[in-house]
Amino acid sequence: MALLEVKGLEVKFPMRHGELTALRDVSFSLDKGERLGIVGESGAGKSVAAFAILNLIGRPGYISNGEIIFEGSDLAKMNARQIRSIRGNRINMIFQDPMMTLNPVLTIGTQMIECLQTHMNLNREQARERSIEKLRQVQIPSPEDRIDQYPHELSGGMRQRVVIAIALLTDPSVIIADEPTTALDVTIQAEIMELLLSLCEDNDVALMLITHDLGVVSQVTQRTIVMYAGRVVEEGPTRRIVENARHPYTHGLIDALPERTAPGMRLNQIPGVMPSLAAIPTGCSFNPRCEHVMDVCRSEQPGYVTDGEFRVACHWVAGREQQK
Amino acid sequence: MTRYWRLFKDSTLLYSFGRDKVAMASFSVLLLLVVLSFSSPLIAPFDPYDPAGIDIMDSDIPPSWQEEGDPRFTLGTDAQGRDMLSTMLYGTRISITIGLFAVLLQSVLGILLGLAAGYFGGRIDSFLMRLADIQLSFSTLMVAIVVLAVFQASFGTELYNDLAIFMLILVIGIAEWPQYARTVRASVLAEKKKEYVDAVRVIGLGSRRIMLRHILPNTLSPILVISTVQVANAIMSEAALSFLGLGMPVNKPSLGSLINSGFEYILSGSWWITAFPAIVLVILVLVINLLGDWLRDVLNPKLYKN
Repeated sequence: MALLEVKGLEVKFPMRHGELTALRDVSFSLDKGERLGIVGESGAGKSVAAFAILNLIGRPGYISNGEIIFEGSDLAKMNARQIRSIRGNRINMIFQDPMMTLNPVLTIGTQMIECLQTHMNLNREQARERSIEKLRQVQIPSPEDRIDQYPHELSGGMRQRVVIAIALLTDPSVIIADEPTTALDVTIQAEIMELLLSLCEDNDVALMLITHDLGVVSQVTQRTIVMYAGRVVEEGPTRRIVENARHPYTHGLIDALPERTAPGMRLNQIPGVMPSLAAIPTGCSFNPRCEHVMDVCRSEQPGYVTDGEFRVACHWVAGREQQK
Repeated sequence: MTRYWRLFKDSTLLYSFGRDKVAMASFSVLLLLVVLSFSSPLIAPFDPYDPAGIDIMDSDIPPSWQEEGDPRFTLGTDAQGRDMLSTMLYGTRISITIGLFAVLLQSVLGILLGLAAGYFGGRIDSFLMRLADIQLSFSTLMVAIVVLAVFQASFGTELYNDLAIFMLILVIGIAEWPQYARTVRASVLAEKKKEYVDAVRVIGLGSRRIMLRHILPNTLSPILVISTVQVANAIMSEAALSFLGLGMPVNKPSLGSLINSGFEYILSGSWWITAFPAIVLVILVLVINLLGDWLRDVLNPKLYKN
């Protein structure tokens, strides 16, 4: 059985002019120690999905439908106390910007010890020792001194290492990393990603990597989900998606990678922008930007075409499958 | 301990303090006033609270440098024959005490309500802030006058005189909480959108812990700034109430009641009874406000002066 299984997740935000649906029928699963990539443009609903898993959708948003089965129980139905024992303990999250995710007025030690004491029965000394141990694991030099420093005394890369150490403190089984390297200097992005991967592997932690960088996803994940306007449009093993994408949107994303363009040429891009949630087109939400658009795309929302581990929501793909 | 001392020694606060002459001067004067007034039982030449030590024959003696002055009473005596210098030292102590404790009460109330309003938002926020608006639409003095007058009338002057200092702290403290609540709420609204708050929520901490341990320390600089201003305000409010006869009783005078008691004699030429406490009051409030200004400039990097 999968470690984490999301079924038909739907998230809504009531607004003055009716409700906006930020996630529609999102389903996926994550096995123990697996690495899953979630890609899509800004506004596709990747981060909302991550927050929904931890039941942390900011008000007035709420989960209107669906289940989030984690280790046999439904996170969407838990009360505040139950979910707090999961958050930061069994499932943890790493945010994009390490400059912002650490509290500027507390030492990193204070923040780590606090997390440990919330979830584990440790006294101060034990918690401190464990924190130092984790800091050593993320390769921070002289952790005994660093632990008493404030976030502003550390560099960006160091801080992200601290954030990773905090995420690993309680030996979680899932880590959700929301663009963990985007805010970092290019020179250390690879280093931090490498570190995160090896630590996840060593500790048998499942990683959900949220990013818009297909390059990263193709290198580090086993399976990939492509999201568009709050819906999963394509899902499958990463290799197959990168080499043999079927949804026109995934094609567009892959073609937009700089290495797909000859030097000196204009970079490829998908025409148009992601629709706002208030004005999602009827039928397939991608239809105004799609090069293969057909009449049926404008009227009917495509269902999933399943092929083993692979599924895609597209009328055009479905039509071609039938012709075969 | 040494670590915190080192942090303090290397801080911008201390550095800019050392370069700001106004701040240093204000702080020295304030420190002098505080030390002198709080050691008044030791250094004051007379004890104004001891009726046996007061001789009515000594009343209305002008300061010692004047022709009719008495070398025993440097700053003269008041209408009851109390030494002005000693009475003022004791009075300053009372004024500062009331100011500090009233602000302590204000800040505890205001910070808690402001945190709750800002963090929870929605109905709680609307309710608390409308409450603050209502409170602010009555002036502090008006509320204080009504409460103190009713108390005095219903429980008698004697009991009132015993409890005056607590009543003043309570009334001034409660009447001014919206100042804190509004300031704290505004900073909480800014802080709670920052990612570190999301991050600690992800860690699984409860609301109370997030508010008190993570958000509150990040809102400390505006709190410090208004605290200084509020101490000055509270001392002024106390003086105003005492001047109106609703504050400290005559046998335990604060600066305000001293000014008041001398006011009746000012036309008969006894100017010193009113003038000296008034000067001390003005200096006290002025230096606290100057320190507050300095603190505001230092704690707000956007306001750095060249």
